[in-house]
Amino acid sequence: MPSSVPISVSINGQPYAREVEARLLLSDFLRHELGLTGTHVGCEHGVCGACTVLMDGQAVRSCLVFAAQADGAELRTVEGLAPAEDQLHPIQTAFRDAHGLQCGFCTPGILMTMIPFLEENPHPTEDEVRLAISGNLCRCTGYANIVRAVMLAAERMRGGPGDDVSIEPRGVPHPVEAH
Amino acid sequence: MSGRYVGQSVSRNEDARLLTGHALFVDDVRLEGMLHVAFVRSDHAHATINSIDVSAALERPGVVAVYTAEDLGDYWRPGPLLVPPPPIEGIVFNQATQVPLAKDRVRHAGEPIVMVVAESRYIAEDALADIFVDAEPLDVVADLEAALAPDAPIIHPQLGTNLAAHVVQRHGDYASAKEKAAVVVSRRFHYDRGASAAIENRAVAARWDAQAQEMTIWDTTQAPIPIRNGLAAMLGLMQSQVRVVAPFVGGGFGPKIMMFYPEEVLVPWAAMKLGRPVKWAEDRQENFYATTQERGQVHDAEMAVDADGRILGVRDTFLHDTGAYDPYGLTVPINSQCTLLGPYDVPNYDAEFRAVFTNRITVTPVRGAGRQHGVFVMERLLDLAAREVGISVAEIRRRNYIVQDDFPHDHKILFQDFQPLVYDSGNYRPALETALELIRWDGFAEEKRAAAAEGRRLGIGVVSYVEGTGIGPYEGARVTIEPNGRVRVATGLGTQGQGHYTAFAQIVAEALDVDVESVNVVTGDTREFNWGTGTFASRGAVVAGSACHAAAVKVREKVIEVSARVLNVNEGEIELSNGTARVRSEPERSITLGELALRANPLRGGVTPGSEPGLECTAYFGPDRGSTASGVHAVVVEVDEETAMAKFLRYVVVHDCGKLINPMLVEGQVQGGVAQGIGNAWFEKLVYDDNGQLMNASFADYLLPTSLDVPDVAMSHRETPAPMNTLGLKGVGEAGCIPTGAAFAQALEDALSDYEIEVTEIPLSPNQLFEMLRAAPRRAASENTVATEAFA
Repeated sequence: MPSSVPISVSINGQPYAREVEARLLLSDFLRHELGLTGTHVGCEHGVCGACTVLMDGQAVRSCLVFAAQADGAELRTVEGLAPAEDQLHPIQTAFRDAHGLQCGFCTPGILMTMIPFLEENPHPTEDEVRLAISGNLCRCTGYANIVRAVMLAAERMRGGPGDDVSIEPRGVPHPVEAH
Repeated sequence: MSGRYVGQSVSRNEDARLLTGHALFVDDVRLEGMLHVAFVRSDHAHATINSIDVSAALERPGVVAVYTAEDLGDYWRPGPLLVPPPPIEGIVFNQATQVPLAKDRVRHAGEPIVMVVAESRYIAEDALADIFVDAEPLDVVADLEAALAPDAPIIHPQLGTNLAAHVVQRHGDYASAKEKAAVVVSRRFHYDRGASAAIENRAVAARWDAQAQEMTIWDTTQAPIPIRNGLAAMLGLMQSQVRVVAPFVGGGFGPKIMMFYPEEVLVPWAAMKLGRPVKWAEDRQENFYATTQERGQVHDAEMAVDADGRILGVRDTFLHDTGAYDPYGLTVPINSQCTLLGPYDVPNYDAEFRAVFTNRITVTPVRGAGRQHGVFVMERLLDLAAREVGISVAEIRRRNYIVQDDFPHDHKILFQDFQPLVYDSGNYRPALETALELIRWDGFAEEKRAAAAEGRRLGIGVVSYVEGTGIGPYEGARVTIEPNGRVRVATGLGTQGQGHYTAFAQIVAEALDVDVESVNVVTGDTREFNWGTGTFASRGAVVAGSACHAAAVKVREKVIEVSARVLNVNEGEIELSNGTARVRSEPERSITLGELALRANPLRGGVTPGSEPGLECTAYFGPDRGSTASGVHAVVVEVDEETAMAKFLRYVVVHDCGKLINPMLVEGQVQGGVAQGIGNAWFEKLVYDDNGQLMNASFADYLLPTSLDVPDVAMSHRETPAPMNTLGLKGVGEAGCIPTGAAFAQALEDALSDYEIEVTEIPLSPNQLFEMLRAAPRRAASENTVATEAFA
């Protein structure tokens, strides 16, 4: 039988102690052992970024980390973003307001990538945001609204109202009479 | 009719669940005692199977069962043909559908041969290495152009040929038209394969409840009801014993409507046989090898125009790669054949294709579903003809658009829905003029010169397209006002990020005058709604949206009838406002819809002959034909001559999907479609070698566009109502990705206009463009005219 390892981790502020197989991926540990299925798995080879979580404050791809390597770490997943069950984190609200998600599968990874980015760089330019999310693949949105959502979140997290970021639809309808 | 809710950019009801990690996707399903599956897949693209030894796998601790084709007994049978061949005279169609597990022969790399069921996915994958498949490699049909060679290996011996189909559609007399032409242009065009690459891979989970005699299947499908119907038949159950749930699905893009994938057939069967829940989740490598793909075609096309550049006729003959099997019939090549005609008046059309089997992964629709290829061919022919005639690429399109008073316009051939290819409505030229304005066409020659002075090469492109959307047969919806005042809407199709939970809520909220947030929409659960087909062909909003509207209107009538009785006034005096029914002249006399729902379902009396309890109605919508959306894409690219890298500087989409339900969602669809189109044009190509092996089956090797590659698309909406549905809706799901390759090709040629370069294939890559540049002679200076300069 594969060897197993005892680990203790804190996830979203809650302690967990488990025996895990040495080869168990952190992504599978979170999803299938603990039922924290908000962390999604898109490629299992570290390219798509969907499985990104925070490990001691740093964004990591949980498909490239063994659960055993997380022993003693403080982890944060998308489930731990919102301050309360009936509230959203400002970045979550911004993604909703700017339509920064469609199928929503890549979204948790993008949110968790942006949290440390915005902590380090609370005044990002659009180009900096584009660079910061360039390691996260999204197949639905074409990224434009993700960039807007992050800009909006940055402004609101700085305490601004978010008015500087336009989230109005860009196109102007030209009604045409039926014929 | 922009209303209080319809036509407004309402934020989405479904977002909170998705943003907090609480939305259920199929691989999130965890059940007591659940088993996990892995598959032995063929290493060979074409081989005969001599024997399979699974004995070592069965001895591995944690392995519960191992199945080969032989173990399936009578359950083993080829899948159904989903779309029969259309009734076109002289059509040839040879059917060969996929099987659950390969028996004697494998026909593409990745085809499943053995199913392993184990206590964990890790153990199931360990056991794959224990299994020995003795296979004898056969010669491979690696390329569609080799499929019909006289000495080609035959993939389906029972057919005796690799020909899957032969279809000819004609109207008018192309040969006579050609004789009158001032200019005839002809070329060979290649359009190669890409992957749909939804970020969520496929997954299936199943639980057989022997006590209740009920099967529940969670499936990443776009078509839960047909999946339920098919699996019930295969498993020998009544449809009512099978519940299929397509919960949140992480992107569909076409391949998730393929039916029935081997895994989809096998997982419920194993759950029933073993009496334990079973789940399989595809990994990314499997997604490249086992999820259907699209796009391989080679066209030999010709266009005849008069001296003014007016189209006299088009002839197109193409080969279509259907891969190892053809379960989806001819939807893709028929779409190519039809969509080629675009927004143009083509008086004579001579169109022929042959679909061929190859030892590649099976082809079924991927977003665009064949339309890209046709648009690419037509738009490239127009570009070539414009050059020959001496008019600009914009002008040749202007001169050939179907004019506004020529609708409905009958192209006199058959479309994929077996109905005549008749465009319902459209107004093409204003879209072109808006696009030219937004891309700054008039000033571009100067912009290009100024950039050239800095050593930067810019190019511009503008192309048109149509998209046949919203086809039948039908969808349905049930709208219920609950006693707590909330409104429940259930429909049968699946949703994969389009925003159906919100768009349908807007339609219902408008009809009932309630808040959008108070409308709960359920899609993709066969227990909630029993009838429907699925999400494909940009039809969800059009067909299911129209059904939601029809059901909501019926509920509104019922609300008025019951509230008039309760409030003791004539029905004409009732108005609905913010979740209440009230007397128009005395608004204080009112009743909430929740209270009314209680009153409509009393414990005594209430239901009189001819009436039904509650505030609930079901309605269906089945259009005779689809509705034709259209649009124009314009692009400015910058090409680095040394590295052959191209960058999309500006991108404009002017499109017309009829009435907009939610502009924010429509723009999201278009922006995302353009990103996929850019990937298709410039980043994404599935590379097969001569042995039929896929050489880039990972996200490290198969490149999706990133946030650094996709520009912010400038958009303008035109709203030519669809006459075939009450709300005037046309679909928009595929519009963003259809003409991108054609726009990119034209812009590349413009950027490199001093080279003799013609772009006749998509996808391109920097490597290919580099080779083209090295091989291309420079044009003489006098020939080097910019399209925009010649005739603005």
